[in-house]
Amino acid sequence: MKETPLIPAGVKRCSTWQFSLWMTAATAVLAWGVYAMILIWWKGLNQTNMNDAYGFALWIWADLAIIAIGGGAFFSGFLTYIIGKKELKNIINFAVIIGFICYSCALLILAIDIGQPLRGWFIFWHANVHSMLTEVAFCLSCYFAVLTIEFIPLILENPKLNKKPFLHHLSHNMHGIMAIFAATGVFLSFFHQGSLGGVAGVLYGRPFAFREHIFIWPWTFFLFTWSAAACGPCFTILVTWITEKITRKKLVKQSVIQLFAKISGWMIITYIIAKTIDTVYWAFVTAPGMGFTLMDFYASPTYNIGILFAEIVLCGFIPGLILITKRGRENSFLLMTAVILAVIGVCLNRWVMVLQVMAVPVFSFNDWYTYWPSWQEVATTVLPVAYGIIVISLAHRYLPVFPQEKELNPID
Amino acid sequence: MKEKNNHKHAKRYGMVIDLDKCTGCGSCMVGCYSENNVPFKTDETNKLDSINWIQVYKITNGKPFPNTEVCYLPMPCMQCDGVGKHGHSPCVSVCPAVATDYDYETGIVSQIYTRCFGCRYCMAACPYHARKFNWWDPVWPADMEKYLSPNVSPRMRGVVEKCSFCFHRYQLARDKAYYEKREELKENEYQTACAEACPTGAITFGDLNNKSHAVYKLKNSPNAFRLLERLKTNPKVYYLSNKRWVRRAGDNYLAHEEPAKIKQKVNQHH
Repeated sequence: MKETPLIPAGVKRCSTWQFSLWMTAATAVLAWGVYAMILIWWKGLNQTNMNDAYGFALWIWADLAIIAIGGGAFFSGFLTYIIGKKELKNIINFAVIIGFICYSCALLILAIDIGQPLRGWFIFWHANVHSMLTEVAFCLSCYFAVLTIEFIPLILENPKLNKKPFLHHLSHNMHGIMAIFAATGVFLSFFHQGSLGGVAGVLYGRPFAFREHIFIWPWTFFLFTWSAAACGPCFTILVTWITEKITRKKLVKQSVIQLFAKISGWMIITYIIAKTIDTVYWAFVTAPGMGFTLMDFYASPTYNIGILFAEIVLCGFIPGLILITKRGRENSFLLMTAVILAVIGVCLNRWVMVLQVMAVPVFSFNDWYTYWPSWQEVATTVLPVAYGIIVISLAHRYLPVFPQEKELNPID
Repeated sequence: MKEKNNHKHAKRYGMVIDLDKCTGCGSCMVGCYSENNVPFKTDETNKLDSINWIQVYKITNGKPFPNTEVCYLPMPCMQCDGVGKHGHSPCVSVCPAVATDYDYETGIVSQIYTRCFGCRYCMAACPYHARKFNWWDPVWPADMEKYLSPNVSPRMRGVVEKCSFCFHRYQLARDKAYYEKREELKENEYQTACAEACPTGAITFGDLNNKSHAVYKLKNSPNAFRLLERLKTNPKVYYLSNKRWVRRAGDNYLAHEEPAKIKQKVNQHH
């Protein structure tokens, strides 16, 4: 392939026509999502299948899920810059890009989800300090700014941009102070991941969601932060693996992946033990105090007890146990199975804490509420995936995302 | 929520609805629609996205004919006092933009339509489904626009609305009292549209703190109950029924639990 000044030196990339074809397909999907988004902004939320019983639906789940799986960014920053796991520098660029994609999409989804998008700024201007959603908005926006700052030096390392002395020095100096931003990101992430958990946990009118609390924070506050730190790295590993398969080359050394997976495994195991304790207390103390048995919450054909089993055992203990054992991590099939299960597990948890909360009847004389998303909702939820593919493709092609790529794929 | 409960003569306006008198005729809903400029759709078959500030539910004892019994249950916003009666209603405490607030002078939970940006968190928080979202722009038949109430602002697409206990009527009554140099309102001076529209007199409205108001005595009836009391929402709408199964349907109980004992326990706690 002919070298272009935009592509980093010493690495191999696919031909322009191959790349263009790939990008055209992703852009077509993106355009579909953008069309649906414009339709929603123009005509209103009547374009969705949400209703007064299902005021929170597919988008809010997508929002919570991508924020959780984007947690790899803050946790890898924490491990690299604060704990001192320097090996993770080889994957942190990619974790930051994934985080940037996830958080920019989360903000976009929130902008689509509100009934009066032009009044979105009210959440900052008329802020209710008692509301968990206010905390989410502030921390989410600030953390997105931090992620953008973390992403900028990498963009400036593009060969073309790096030739400009000012940009070169800016990038160099930003790298030098990145630990400060990483620490800020960790602090902000603790609060926004937690307050997203608090959004559901404080709903004392919804027995399925409500949890006991310490001061103002319900247990879900801590569980959400914990689970994002535990499962976010798994999503980073998963996307790295997918990128390696698509580009047909090794991008990160297996030792780095295994270290990240090991830490993630221990986080998953400790999280899932805490989650189990929380579930037991909720099932046998909190819910009966409100007149509900555990099985009342799982009495629907859609929302049956299998969901709880899937979340805690299948997508919790099993991936956790695989990842904490050396043999499990060294077997690539088991490693990737565990990684996928962990990502599904955290997404399932967010699904349950949004959609099942809406579905469970609170009145003894009401039936379960059902909901099926409209195509506009599906299209706008697929939009972030297409956008993510485009950003990763561009980043991989034009930026030195993976420091070990040259060493792992020498060009003769 | 920033305001403190420091009013000497704070009111707690509330309702007592006698379910044994309710025939399910829906007059309360019609009265409310016309009083509060509540918009409606051409096709109202899907009740999950239609707007009503008071909704009449039909509940049964679940027994087959000929033992079937039916009860109609009108449900406005419960104007919850929240945990500990501090005004931290489920919806008020979660609204990120203070678009809904608890008025310590009346105990009424307000909704500021021009402040609401439509996040619907309050709807998720409300266990009574009292909050409705404007999925569409409100449209009235051409001539009907002339009959809209000038005292209540119509709402726009993309915001949440709910029962206000006809708060504009309270404001008008207060204005009149002020003009007449009176501090207190008479019981019949401030009544909601639904209470007035009910042909059987099932809905009684007044100040729950005022011993001379009918609601004060009615709420203390042994047959009085509130919906979902165990959630500690402290609603200000009470219901009356002689039927045990109706009282039991108002909340959730484990199989072995006796509603009267639970109610006593909940009230002691509060």
